[in-house]
Amino acid sequence: MSTPHIRPGVSPRLTAAILAGKAVRQGMRTLGSGGTALPGLVVERLDADAATRIAGGLSATALITGTNGKTTTAAMLARILRADGRAVIHNRSGSNLLRGVTAALVAEASPLGKLPSGCTAVLETDEAALPAIARAAPPSVAVFTNLMRDQLDRYGEIESIALRWADALQDFPNDATIALNVDDPLIASLAARWAGECLTFGIEDPNVPAAPEGEIVDAVWDPQTRDDFRYTRRYFAQLGRWYTDSGAQRPTPEVAAEQIAIGEQSMQFTLRTPDGSTPINLPAEGLYSVYNALAAAAAALALGVAAETVRDGLEQHEAAFGRQEELEVEGRRVRVLLGKNPSGMNQALRTLQQSGQQHHMLVLLNDGIADGTDVSWIWDVDWESQAAHCASLTVGGRRAADMALRLEYAGLPEPIEPVGNDIGRALRQALDATPKSEQLVILPTYTAMLDVRQRLGRMGASRLWDVA
Amino acid sequence: MSHVDAQSLHVAVLYPDLLNLYGDRGNARALERRCEARGIEATVTGVDIGDEWSPEDADIVLVGGGQDREQRRVQADLERRGDDLRQYVDDDGVVLAVCGGFQLFGHHYRGWDGEVMPGIGLFDAVAAHPGPKIARCVGNVVVLWEGETVVGFENHGGRTYLNDNQAPFGDVVTGFGNNGGDGLEGARVKNAFGTYLHGAVLPKNPHLADRLLALALERRYGPDSADLAPLDDSAARKAHAEALHAALSTSESALGRRFA
Ligand SMILES: [Zn+2]
Repeated sequence: MSTPHIRPGVSPRLTAAILAGKAVRQGMRTLGSGGTALPGLVVERLDADAATRIAGGLSATALITGTNGKTTTAAMLARILRADGRAVIHNRSGSNLLRGVTAALVAEASPLGKLPSGCTAVLETDEAALPAIARAAPPSVAVFTNLMRDQLDRYGEIESIALRWADALQDFPNDATIALNVDDPLIASLAARWAGECLTFGIEDPNVPAAPEGEIVDAVWDPQTRDDFRYTRRYFAQLGRWYTDSGAQRPTPEVAAEQIAIGEQSMQFTLRTPDGSTPINLPAEGLYSVYNALAAAAAALALGVAAETVRDGLEQHEAAFGRQEELEVEGRRVRVLLGKNPSGMNQALRTLQQSGQQHHMLVLLNDGIADGTDVSWIWDVDWESQAAHCASLTVGGRRAADMALRLEYAGLPEPIEPVGNDIGRALRQALDATPKSEQLVILPTYTAMLDVRQRLGRMGASRLWDVA
Repeated sequence: MSHVDAQSLHVAVLYPDLLNLYGDRGNARALERRCEARGIEATVTGVDIGDEWSPEDADIVLVGGGQDREQRRVQADLERRGDDLRQYVDDDGVVLAVCGGFQLFGHHYRGWDGEVMPGIGLFDAVAAHPGPKIARCVGNVVVLWEGETVVGFENHGGRTYLNDNQAPFGDVVTGFGNNGGDGLEGARVKNAFGTYLHGAVLPKNPHLADRLLALALERRYGPDSADLAPLDDSAARKAHAEALHAALSTSESALGRRFA
């Protein structure tokens, strides 16, 4: 297969498509609904090659794909690039299919399909959409974060994604760099499928705490040799220092986090790069945030950004509103931690437990397409570990009863009276159960997060550090 | 001295690390919990590849789902245990085989790449994956089992076909079931149940969980011992009703087709 060659130049069809896309976008703005990929869909319908034609005017493209961490990694990378003085085009979080990319490009393009000169696209890329997006917007760098059990109803088996990625690599431009998280053995194995430049990243710290026994792990052996992956230390899910009996082992990463220290809502570490080392004070929590930072750093370095600028960008990182950061609502501190699959939710719980505090909890389980219609994954989350840290519990969302049953099994405090579908009522109930000045932790699935974030915004939630 | 020994049951989970796709571990927890609540001592043991184990030590055998590669991985070990498992079921031993486990408990499973994995032939059924280009059977399922609903989620590429004399587990109300064509779900031989309903099917189907327990107690302690004290199942019933609602509200078109 080869990349389709689309002739640059003026195309009446492209212009019509772009104008239609912009009109739809404008119309949606007036109606007060943003963030959908409808303009992208309209453009695709009118000119199937629109994204390819417009993307031809980019000076660089970074694709970010993987199960967990895409949105945050993309946000971190965009910030680093801006700190480097570059113009960045960014698809909206969650709009990570081809139509979302198309929408992002059309928004910046002139009616003739021209982008301002010197733009870099930072594109969060759905795992399954990588081949199509890479054909439309050939990457200068492609970052692979991790490959975990997530929405098998939508993506199918993990192995088939890995195969699809390996195929997609064959269509990448020869001068592209792939940035690989080598702590994930399935990601590390992509290096063998790519003849071009490869930049590896991972954690290099012997003191990182090991994952609890019994945590769900995927990718237990090498799909090529069928050797078991074994670990001298496993951090979470299948990430860690792995090796196999036939002598394969995790390569030493070129971009690494060393001497990691957990701060108050921050992570400190030394970022080692081929360019030298620099200390980082990352305003985000959890080991997965360190992985996100490494992924963004590797992509930025591959795009020629200096290590000091990478540091400046990372230290300016801000979580998206209502995602990971602390808000203030009615005198209560509120945190929203997205949990969409077992490893993500286990990480969120571990991060909470590190504080050693009791939490008032609101767990919101939806079963929309974007959440995964299969809610079985809640049985693979180690909720049992939260039993000793839960001061009060409220449950909501379309599958609240399923969630309540799971949490009852986990031994979380009673009474768990699921408030059902109504997320507004669930939020009210949870706030009422949280005494003033105490903390409420909200653990929603994806669509529940969008919903609860909007409600928090309407209630006048403000970032805590803004009011402090 | 008259005293009644507490009853006890042994639950064996086959390949708990490999066949544990999407929540299958919840099934063992449900059995354990429902025993505990009734003063029945339950022990749960995992059986891994190469482990010395005989089904005779078990009262209930659970096996879960896996992706094709995990199924391939356990296949030889399972085949080695085939005679023992068939004998155990012949002696009224209780089995719940889910999804990938269900497929390997038939005669064989042909994976998406065409590779054939021999099964243990406990169920008179064969399973085959129609290939990577054909859509998987994915969604909420409702099964009618002995006049009651059983709810769950299915996600399988392979299709199962029962031979003429093989009884199904139940009839599909909504969802694909064994193959999306014949309206049948799962398989049953004596006290062995096979089903595609994955993701901790027992917690929100407590009637099915209790049936497995009753069958196991009866086998071990005789017919009078299987009267299970009722439990407070309000949370489980709500989850059951909610799953029923989710399945029926997303599948009106499928229902329309079936009952048109
Ligand atoms: Zn399944």
